[in-house]
Amino acid sequence: MLSKEQIARRIAREIKDGQYINLGIGIPTLVANYIPDHLQVVLQSENGLLGIGPYPQSSDINPDLVNAGKETISMVKGSSLFDSADAFAMIRGGHIDMAILGALEVSENGDISNWKITSGLIKGVGGALDLVASDAKLLVAMLHCHKDGSSKLLKQCKFPVTGVRCVHKIFTDLGVFSILPEGGFKLLERAPGVDPDEIRNKTEGRLVIKGEIPEMTGFQ
Amino acid sequence: MINKEVRDAEDAIRDITDGSVLLLGGFGLCGIPEAGIQALVRKNLKGLTCISNNAGVDDFGVGLLLKKRMIKKLIASYVGENKEFEDQYRAGELELELIPQGTLAERIRAGGAGIPAFFTPAGIGSELAEGKEIREFDGRLYLLERWIKADFALVKAWKGDTAGNLIYKGTARNFNPLMAAAGKITIAEVEQLVPAGELDPNQIHTPGIYVQRIFQGAGYEKRIENITVSP
Repeated sequence: MLSKEQIARRIAREIKDGQYINLGIGIPTLVANYIPDHLQVVLQSENGLLGIGPYPQSSDINPDLVNAGKETISMVKGSSLFDSADAFAMIRGGHIDMAILGALEVSENGDISNWKITSGLIKGVGGALDLVASDAKLLVAMLHCHKDGSSKLLKQCKFPVTGVRCVHKIFTDLGVFSILPEGGFKLLERAPGVDPDEIRNKTEGRLVIKGEIPEMTGFQ
Repeated sequence: MINKEVRDAEDAIRDITDGSVLLLGGFGLCGIPEAGIQALVRKNLKGLTCISNNAGVDDFGVGLLLKKRMIKKLIASYVGENKEFEDQYRAGELELELIPQGTLAERIRAGGAGIPAFFTPAGIGSELAEGKEIREFDGRLYLLERWIKADFALVKAWKGDTAGNLIYKGTARNFNPLMAAAGKITIAEVEQLVPAGELDPNQIHTPGIYVQRIFQGAGYEKRIENITVSP
């Protein structure tokens, strides 16, 4: 089973040279720590920045420089700043190559629910609806099950849906999955020490396991 | 050049009344019109409609207006950082319209640009699409969304001149330039106000035509929601 940091490390391997990427809040934010140095990629923050850098040194904290999670950040060399309409023109206009988002649930046909809900009340939608409706390749990072043990990989989403048929791949603490065109979670990789039966037991939606499923490398 | 300078925040908001519709700039607590909000709190207006990406926190930003129960309707994309909001919403005292962030930005941009409506893919398949016109373009579905305009826009910039030209800093720009164009009367507050002619025209983000009143605020707190540092 992978920790949240390890899920982020695994997703970082999906990143390709030259991509513009939007990282959501939670596990996706951690992905930035594991992008290999030899890749040239640009991270977008939808509040108006291309070129998110690491968290600042405490002496360099700037209240006028935050990410979409309202955290203090820094800028890399070659950054640019813009307004919120431009930020979403980049997203909807197909200029952002990849979005990595957290989720509450994903359904077997690729629907995603990731609205923030506290005690039954929707607290907001943020930029997620725009991101999932864009042409950016959508990767989801989440734990495989809710705290009560119920699966987050479902036949149909139970929470309100953010976007339909939009998820490309899912990365959980148990494995990596793609969404099949005809519906269903195709198991691509297992986390170290996790066997396919455990994944089957913890996946409510249709799970497709074909042949020998490789164990993820580099986490032993 | 037309001189837009007013004395202070009180002077700038003099004709905002009960029931006014306000655009309030900022993302979280970054780039919010601190002085204008504080002047509104002192005026203790009622029944305001506020359009703002977020609702501030309980004791800062738009949260101050919520706390004094000055807001009748809130239009935002995310209100999760504010507990006061939840209490009033549950008690039925507050109306809420949640809008995808990109749609909110574009609706405000459209308002300032004279475009009454547009189609966007955001929200298709979600409950936010209910009751809205849907149309297919080139094989994909899109939602019709309308412009947003307001009686007043309160925006915050880093520098401005007496002609109303504005320059923002960092990610404090966010919704401010869009809102500046969508307010019937736009009130800009700046950290540094200089005479017209002192700003480089090449560097202006918001041209002064969108700004009706400008003043230099004092004692900006610029509170940070989440301080994160590298080890």
